[in-house]
Amino acid sequence: MTSVTSPGGPVRRFAGLLHRRPSIRLAGLLSIPLLWLVVAYLGSLAALFVTAFWTTNEFTGDVVKVFDLGNFQDLVNESVYRTITLRSVGVAIAVTVIDSLVAFPMAFYMAKIASPRAQRWLVIAVLTPLWAGYLVKAYAWRVMFSGSGVLDWFLRPVGGHAPGYGLLATTITLAYLWLPYMILPIYAGLERLPNSLIDAAGDLGARSFRTFRTVVWPTVFPAAVAGSIFTFSLSLGDYIAVRIVGGRSQLIGNVVYDNVGTANNLPFAAAVATIPVAIMVIYLLAVRRTGALENL
Amino acid sequence: MTTDVSGDVSAAVSLRGVRKVFGEVAAVDGVDLDVRDGEFFAMLGPSGSGKTTVLRMIAGFETPTEGSVRLGGRDVTGLAPFDRDVNTVFQDYALFPHMNVLANVEYGLKVKKVPAKERRERALQALRTVRLEGYDKRKPGQLSGGQRQRVALARALVNRPKVLLLDEPLGALDLKLREEMQVELKAIQRQIGITFLFVTHDQEEALTMSDRIAVFNAGRIEQVGTPAEVYERPASPFVAGFVGTSNLIEGQAALDILGREGVYSVRPEKLRVDTRLDAELPRDENSATGTVAEVVYAGAATRFVVDLDAGGRLVAVQQNLQASSMDVLKLRDARVRLAWRREHEFSITGPM
Repeated sequence: MTSVTSPGGPVRRFAGLLHRRPSIRLAGLLSIPLLWLVVAYLGSLAALFVTAFWTTNEFTGDVVKVFDLGNFQDLVNESVYRTITLRSVGVAIAVTVIDSLVAFPMAFYMAKIASPRAQRWLVIAVLTPLWAGYLVKAYAWRVMFSGSGVLDWFLRPVGGHAPGYGLLATTITLAYLWLPYMILPIYAGLERLPNSLIDAAGDLGARSFRTFRTVVWPTVFPAAVAGSIFTFSLSLGDYIAVRIVGGRSQLIGNVVYDNVGTANNLPFAAAVATIPVAIMVIYLLAVRRTGALENL
Repeated sequence: MTTDVSGDVSAAVSLRGVRKVFGEVAAVDGVDLDVRDGEFFAMLGPSGSGKTTVLRMIAGFETPTEGSVRLGGRDVTGLAPFDRDVNTVFQDYALFPHMNVLANVEYGLKVKKVPAKERRERALQALRTVRLEGYDKRKPGQLSGGQRQRVALARALVNRPKVLLLDEPLGALDLKLREEMQVELKAIQRQIGITFLFVTHDQEEALTMSDRIAVFNAGRIEQVGTPAEVYERPASPFVAGFVGTSNLIEGQAALDILGREGVYSVRPEKLRVDTRLDAELPRDENSATGTVAEVVYAGAATRFVVDLDAGGRLVAVQQNLQASSMDVLKLRDARVRLAWRREHEFSITGPM
C-alpha cells in the first residue's frame, strides 16, 4: 500500500502535510496565543476571583483558603469604599469627557483639513507621547502642578494659582496620558467618513453645526465610544498617577495597591480589584449596542 | 483678459474669468460660460481638465481664485453651498449611510424647516419621480448602484433647485444601466424643466443627453456648442480627437489629397471603404488610397484602420449591412480607397 507522499525533502513533506491537514495548520497558528490567553490571562482572572472569597488570619496575616463573603460585605457596608468607587468612576468619566472634547477637533483637523504630509506628521506627533515612559510624563505633570511650577507661573499674573495635588490634577494628568487612545479611533472614524457626505449636507442647506450633528457625529460616535473604552478603563484601573499628583486622594487602584503592599491583605485586594472589572463588563455590555466594538 | 463683468442676466449659471489655482497648478484657467435656463448642459473633458472643479465652484465647495460665479443673475462667488439655490448629485452619491432612503430625501427639506406633512409628501413624490416607490424604509447599503443613484437624484430634486449639478452621475453604473439612466435623466429633466448641468468624461454620454456641450481641456473651454456642432464642426484638434475619432489629414497629405494646406478631419462613419481602387468617383467626393493596417469587427459595424499612401492614418467605420466577420477580416493588408463627400471634410482652425 502506498500513501500519498510529497516529493522532495522533509521540509517539503511537512509543508505538504500542512496543506492536506488544515486542522494541524490551525493548531500551529493558534496554540501559543491560546495558551497565553487561557493560562496567563483567564487563569489569573480566575485566580483573582477565587482569592477574593478567601480571608486572612488576623494575627499571622496568612491567607486562609476558605470560602467567605466577608470581603464583599465589607465593600458594601463600609461607606468609604462606596465613596472611593464613585470617585474613581467620576474621574474616569471626567477623563473620558475631557479627552473626547479635546480629541474631536484635533482628529477632525488631522483627517479632513491637514495636507496628507501634515497628516502623517500629526499621527506621529500624537503617537510620540505613547513611546515616552509613563513615570516621566506623570512626574512632569507633578512638576507642573507644584506650588512654584509652570502652571503657577502662568496663572499668577491673572490672579490664579496652581491647583496643587489632588483629584483635579489627577484628572488632568490622566486625560493627558490617555488622549492618544481617544484621538486615534476618532481619527480613523473620520478617515472613513467620505468628504462628499460633508459636502452633501452643506449642499442640502445644512450649516456647520447641523452637518456635525446629523452627519459627522452619527458616523463618528461609534469610534468615539471605542476610544472611551480605552480612556475609561485605563483611568479606572490607574493607581500611579494618583500617587504622584493626587495628594492624599484615594482611587480604587490605590486601595488595591495598599492592600497588596502595606496592609498585606491579598484576598481583600482581590475583592476590591473585581470592582473595576465588574464596571468594565457593564460598560462594554452597554456600548456593544452602539456598534463601537466593531470600531476597535 | 477681457471679461464682460455683468454676465448674461437671463442665464441660469454664468461664469466670468473664473480661475482656480491649487498650490501652483491652475486647475481652471480662465473660464467664461453661460448656461441658459432649462438647458441640459454637459461639461465634457478628460480627467484633470478642470470640469469637476468648475462644478464644485458653482456648487460652492470651492471658491474661485479669480472671477465671478452668478446664479440666475445673482453673484454667489463668495457664498457657502448652503446659501446657494443649487443641488448636487455626487459621483459617489454621498447618501447618508445611517439614514433610510426617506430620511435622506427629506434632509434638505428638514433643514429648510418645511412642515413634516408637506415634507413627507414631497419626498414620496420625488421617490415616485425616480421610480423608487416602496423603497423609503431601506438603508442606502441595501440598494443597488442604480437605485442609490436615483435616491441621490430624488434627494437633490426634492428641494426644487434652480440648477441641478451632476458630477459624473452615471460613472459608477454598468453599461446597460447607464444607457437606461441616460434616457431617464433626460425624461426627468424634460418633465420638471429645471436646468441640468452635468460633468462627464464620456463623449457619447455628452452627445446623447445634452442640449449643449462645453469641451474642457487643460483648465480651459475649447468649444461650446450643440452636440451636432461639436461633433461635426470641432473647433480644435483636441475637440476633434476627444469627441469621436480625430482622423486628421494634415501637412503634405492635405496638399496631396485635398490640394490645399491646413488641417482637416473627416469622421470615420463618413468614409466609404472601397476595394475597387479605380471605380468612378462622384464629382462631389474626395478620395485617398491606402493599405488596411487593422480590421476590428464589432458586430454591427467594422472599423478599418487605413495607412494612407500620402501619409497619415484614417479610421473608417462601415455598417455590416451585407458583410460578415469572415469577409471583412480578409481585408487586412488589402489595398483600399477611402472616399467621402467634400461637405463632410472640415478644416480645423483652432490652436494645435
